[in-house]
Amino acid sequence: MQDVIHLLNRIAFGARPGDVERVSDIGIEKYLEQQLQPERIDDNATEARLSHLRSIRMSTEELLKTYLRPRQARQLQMRSMLQNVPQQILQDLQAQKVIRAVHSQRQLQEVMVDFWFNHFNVFWGKNADRWLTTNFEMDAIRPRLFGKFKDLLMATAKSPAMLFYLDNHLSSSIKGINENYARELMELHTLGVDGGYTQKDVQEVARAFTGWSIERPQVNGEFIFRSRMHDVGEKNVLGHKISDGGIRDGEAVIEILSRHPSTAKFIATKLVRRFVSDESPEKLVQHVAGVYRNTDGNIREMLHAIFTSKEFRAPESTGAKTKTPLEYVASAIRNLDGATDGSRPLVQSIARMGQPLYQCQPPAGYPDRGDHWMGTGAVLERLNFAVALAGNEIRGTSVRFNEPVKTIVAKLGSPEFQKR
Amino acid sequence: MPITRRYFFKSGGMALVSFAAAPQFLMRTALGQSNTDAGKDRPVIIAIFQRGAADGISMVVPFGDKNYASARPQIAILEPARGEERAIDLDGFFALHPALDSLKPIYDAGHLAVVHAVGSPDSTRSHFDAQDYMESGTPGNKSVSDGWLNRYLQTTASKTASPFRAVAVSPTLPRTLAGPAPSVAMQRVADFGIRAGRATSQVEELFADFYKDTFDAVKMLREANSQSYVPAGGAQYPNSSFGQALLQIAQLVKSNIGLQVAFADVGGWDTHANQGAGRGQLANRLKEFGDGLAALYRDLGDRMRNIVIVTMTEFGRAVRQNGSGGTDHGHASSLFVAGGPVKGGKVYGQWPGLAPEQLYERRDLALTTDFRDVFAGLLTGHMGSKDVSRIFPGFTPKNPLKVL
Repeated sequence: MQDVIHLLNRIAFGARPGDVERVSDIGIEKYLEQQLQPERIDDNATEARLSHLRSIRMSTEELLKTYLRPRQARQLQMRSMLQNVPQQILQDLQAQKVIRAVHSQRQLQEVMVDFWFNHFNVFWGKNADRWLTTNFEMDAIRPRLFGKFKDLLMATAKSPAMLFYLDNHLSSSIKGINENYARELMELHTLGVDGGYTQKDVQEVARAFTGWSIERPQVNGEFIFRSRMHDVGEKNVLGHKISDGGIRDGEAVIEILSRHPSTAKFIATKLVRRFVSDESPEKLVQHVAGVYRNTDGNIREMLHAIFTSKEFRAPESTGAKTKTPLEYVASAIRNLDGATDGSRPLVQSIARMGQPLYQCQPPAGYPDRGDHWMGTGAVLERLNFAVALAGNEIRGTSVRFNEPVKTIVAKLGSPEFQKR
Repeated sequence: MPITRRYFFKSGGMALVSFAAAPQFLMRTALGQSNTDAGKDRPVIIAIFQRGAADGISMVVPFGDKNYASARPQIAILEPARGEERAIDLDGFFALHPALDSLKPIYDAGHLAVVHAVGSPDSTRSHFDAQDYMESGTPGNKSVSDGWLNRYLQTTASKTASPFRAVAVSPTLPRTLAGPAPSVAMQRVADFGIRAGRATSQVEELFADFYKDTFDAVKMLREANSQSYVPAGGAQYPNSSFGQALLQIAQLVKSNIGLQVAFADVGGWDTHANQGAGRGQLANRLKEFGDGLAALYRDLGDRMRNIVIVTMTEFGRAVRQNGSGGTDHGHASSLFVAGGPVKGGKVYGQWPGLAPEQLYERRDLALTTDFRDVFAGLLTGHMGSKDVSRIFPGFTPKNPLKVL
């Protein structure tokens, strides 16, 4: 039973009443197998809860038509109504994230969306990213959570949200390169900062990606390769010569980086840190990096290796992770058999605890370490949330329980409940 | 598992553990002093981190260097002269960015100094690593887990220290203050506490076993701030999270609750594209930055006689503009030191020059002052540190600038 609770704390946003019994009945192996194949799990009930969030199903072109920039609205002499300002896109994104975390039957899928979005972080507030981030999560990240890392990497590389966030859409052989994406691609997305690249490699990678840009960012915001902006000369990246020319230069870089042993190690380290402990056990990291290398970066295989490892099941890994604000809030609602429509008060609580969703400005994303989340002010915010939740005072969110309110507040506020 | 105090010590967050380390009677001592003048002459350091690598040669423009303007055809700041959007002359060679105009009176009053070509000797151009090195105070060494300001607190631990001796105005504790010495991270003085109406004391009672020290601190702060806060001297803080953070710091200083170390950060400096010149993206960030510091200076008024504000950023930006009207990651940058004890009205540091052969790796402003020299000087000259070798392990001060 303890091992089922542990599993649900890690591959789900905590257990709902009855979950532990259900998983015990079908067995851990079977449950894991199901969670690793989320498309086979019926989740229509959750989808129904998302039906009022119109913007999350729109293309970038529709978003740009529907949610006007303030200047555009003035020109059209439209009074900017609350429903058609870009802020609504953010609220819809935040709402779907917490609704899915709380309600989805595909819990591991939602954990992995959170993981990969944070790994490939983009900041919603950066100008055009207000219209591009929805497509980034829905079309670049979500369909590729469990497949090959390389495919996910390629999708993010060609994503207008990423091209804009890290300025690659402006990088050009005519006006000059922009190193921003090239550097973060190696430091944060693949090799890791000590993964063995140089400043020269940054410049060569930037040259390879010249011309990877956005077509009419204010009309449809699609990826485009502009051959006029592309540097056609030979590049030397990490000892590999690249001379195919055209869009294949950048694609070759993605190939080189995704096959690099530093990438295997870096991705393995981050996955193990997320699912096992802040100080990723070295032996398990080695093992998972080996799985990466042997399976061409198969994410599902790496996850399976982690969940079935003895390090994952070891007693010292139980409760070893501190919940992020999102994890804390979602697990509290789930624990109390609750429901949410993702309204702003809930999202604002998460922000006050230090994690404003989709608004992490630095490209590294939020740190996955417990000591980051437990400052004094943040702890007080967690207690305030516990009080408001148990009192059913959060608009759009409700919970039910039979114990006295005081008992519930004591549980949610306890140091133990901050852990998973 | 039953919830016990021991469990919490084993697994709880560090800031709370830190709180737990301060015995109750000491807090009462601090509380007892809170409305006297006793705490007023304690030296205070306020550290401001510009996250994202601020462009040092746009903040403090080396217009006297003949290679400056030509390296930046679209984004150089116009040299001082009559007219709009021109840099503000400091000494005939350096000038302030026009958006920093509110800092000029402080410079003229001799309370603001600039240090130029300053930064970390480590060559990394990674934001994350460079911030980490500047916050740990150990460039090139990733194994040091506490921050330099926390080590300052450790080396000068006092039996009568207030729980508010060190405060970061941010939702989470920055690396600079991480470590065993008690530090608080908070966003707003007015929100620091349990907000449960009449049930508040019940809630505090409920968690007294785990969080009693936190609640004592809450009480102490509440009693010291019974009235709503109005900035002095007509100070107008920018209406932004940075402006509001500075206002909280001023309020904490004036609450006389034993604050000695304050920290705030301000983002938006990673100007890879369209950074602008006298106007534009970077100018907007600098306007908020300069106006915020000027408001803090005005609000604190006389109290500034024993306060030093120091700004920092992880590295500077490439000297030549890039292909998109911005600047890529560089090396050295510039910083500001302000306050009563500062020998201001001067730009400190040796100027390395901007000719191609003078640049670091032929692209960036070279470094002539290690940031640790500046910080160490402030800790010894202002904050009473006797020996900074524990605060900056492995570092021998070599270039004392005598900013104080």
